[in-house]
Amino acid sequence: MSFKRLWSILKARNLEFFRDRSAFGWNFLFPFLLVAGFGIIFGGETYTEYKIGVFPSESEQVSIERLNIPQRFKEMNYLKFIGFPNAEEGLEKLKHHRIDFLLKAGDGPHQYWINDASPNGYVVEQMFKASLFPAESTLKAEKKEIQGSATRYIDWLFPGILAMNMMFSALWGVGYVVVRYRKNGVLKRLKVTPLTAFEYITAQAISRIFLLMFTLVIVWTGCDLIFSFRVQGSYLHLFVIFFLGSLSLTALGLVLASRGTSEEFTTGILNFISWPMMFLSEVWFSLEGAPQWVKSFAKIFPLTHMLTAARKVMSDSAGLIDVGPEIMILSLMTLGFLTLGAALFSWNK
Amino acid sequence: METILEVKDLVKKYNQVVAVDGVSFAIRQGVCFGLLGPNGAGKTTTIEVIEDVIPPTTGEILYKGKSRSPSFREEVGIQFQSTALLNLLTVRETLQTFQSFFTKTNTIEELVKLCRLGEFLDQHNDKISGGQRQRFLLALALVNRPELLILDEPSTGLDPQARRNLWDLIQGIKAEGKTLILTTHYMEEAQYLCDEVAIMDYGKIIARGTPAELIRQYSRGITVVLPRERYALKANSFPLPVREVNDTIEIKTDDVNQCLEHLITHGVDLTDITVRSPNLETVFLNLTGRKLRE
Repeated sequence: MSFKRLWSILKARNLEFFRDRSAFGWNFLFPFLLVAGFGIIFGGETYTEYKIGVFPSESEQVSIERLNIPQRFKEMNYLKFIGFPNAEEGLEKLKHHRIDFLLKAGDGPHQYWINDASPNGYVVEQMFKASLFPAESTLKAEKKEIQGSATRYIDWLFPGILAMNMMFSALWGVGYVVVRYRKNGVLKRLKVTPLTAFEYITAQAISRIFLLMFTLVIVWTGCDLIFSFRVQGSYLHLFVIFFLGSLSLTALGLVLASRGTSEEFTTGILNFISWPMMFLSEVWFSLEGAPQWVKSFAKIFPLTHMLTAARKVMSDSAGLIDVGPEIMILSLMTLGFLTLGAALFSWNK
Repeated sequence: METILEVKDLVKKYNQVVAVDGVSFAIRQGVCFGLLGPNGAGKTTTIEVIEDVIPPTTGEILYKGKSRSPSFREEVGIQFQSTALLNLLTVRETLQTFQSFFTKTNTIEELVKLCRLGEFLDQHNDKISGGQRQRFLLALALVNRPELLILDEPSTGLDPQARRNLWDLIQGIKAEGKTLILTTHYMEEAQYLCDEVAIMDYGKIIARGTPAELIRQYSRGITVVLPRERYALKANSFPLPVREVNDTIEIKTDDVNQCLEHLITHGVDLTDITVRSPNLETVFLNLTGRKLRE
């Protein structure tokens, strides 16, 4: 292997990427916009809100203080009250799940409606019934506080968005780009020089990993200035986990890049892999409560292991030893993907 | 002169389609060898097998008497018929990138001088004209001081002026004693540049030799052409065979002096006369019954 050749192709690839201003900018802007967007939507304490229709009301906007409904129901969290002039309009919205609960204002006995097909309606009904009991009722339960600070949703979501961005960047930035180069003949031109396939794909992988880590640091710093993320564990450990994750995702990108000259087919394959990985690797929501086979299936994706480890470090102060199984799996996946990618790689078919 | 490259019984099949059908030839060091033929004749496939881009179905390629080793790529310079390059790099950066792949290289200054790259050296490699691009691709092929230079249809798509410029460059490279393999479907290009040619059709070599030998062997005689309105005589009153082609008449002869004497004797006005020597185009026509670009 010649380091001179490897360095040269690495430099050329980086120049290409940094000079493509639009792709370069979007690479930073996209994850930042996603985090900022979710920060705005879920930034407050109320990220699950139940919609309560109240009638009669002259306008949609209602003043909670002036509503003639049980006082303790008014004081409950996560409820949003929407006014309707009459029952018919409220029922229409309830039927189509636009609201979760419909309540007739006035002195008791109170009248309410729920949609039997709506789980939210059932929850609000229980809340409403509870609000009718006096506050001093004896409960056979005792509230305990979570020790330490609770994880905010944005703290839970943030590593997921960064990891998802890494996944798309690794798969498309390597898989799609190399297939395009094969199709338009760049690889054929390189093949007739002493440059070896190993040197070429190593340069592609290093270039992409450098870019992924560079983007990670910039986006993390930018988002942290706005949202002040809480990282309970070590930043260095977090960096190591993201680095290993980017290695395995880039290696997977190399497998996809190893053959083929059809950009359309490659797009299909990339979507086929990236969409299930995005939904099943707990980027957006937890798989807690999902069927066991779904949880088991999700473990085939490197993103799942990267996110599990990153969240353990961020939220539970885990060290590298605590996330040893994930590190081991990510390393083995990287090795497996690299071996497969190198074995399958073809310059011109 | 030693043989630098030998192609033995080369066959290349794509499923049932035979693209190259038992081609053999040898090229001596320092020679410009032309592989001629119409589109689809199998020239590029033959060249790509020689370049080791695609494997042969059967047959053998020998470079300096041996199978090609990794050093083959160090010693051969290649210009593809069409190629894309690494995006968003300047001409200089692309040359530097390719320089780093080889152990023995020309300097950028030498390449600039040789291929006249000065005016666009710092422009992006996709922002240059067709003629500039062909000179640049030639410079890329020369970056490693190749002993064998393979040019696949280097002048296709160029205007006549740019083509002439490219021919001059190639003549300069020939003068340095390098061995060249050139494919083309422009017969005048082959005649101008090549010392030896092989004519390919339907995957086979149908004739081989120097341009002069081929013309002598397959296309004897000179053609005298006159506008039809100048030729007032009836065809059967003239002692030589006369053929009407569009608005002209063509007379084939081995003795142009005798032909002209006959025309003057018959009172033909010679003001717009054209005398056409045989060329490789007529060789191909005589060999296949088709024109090259049909």
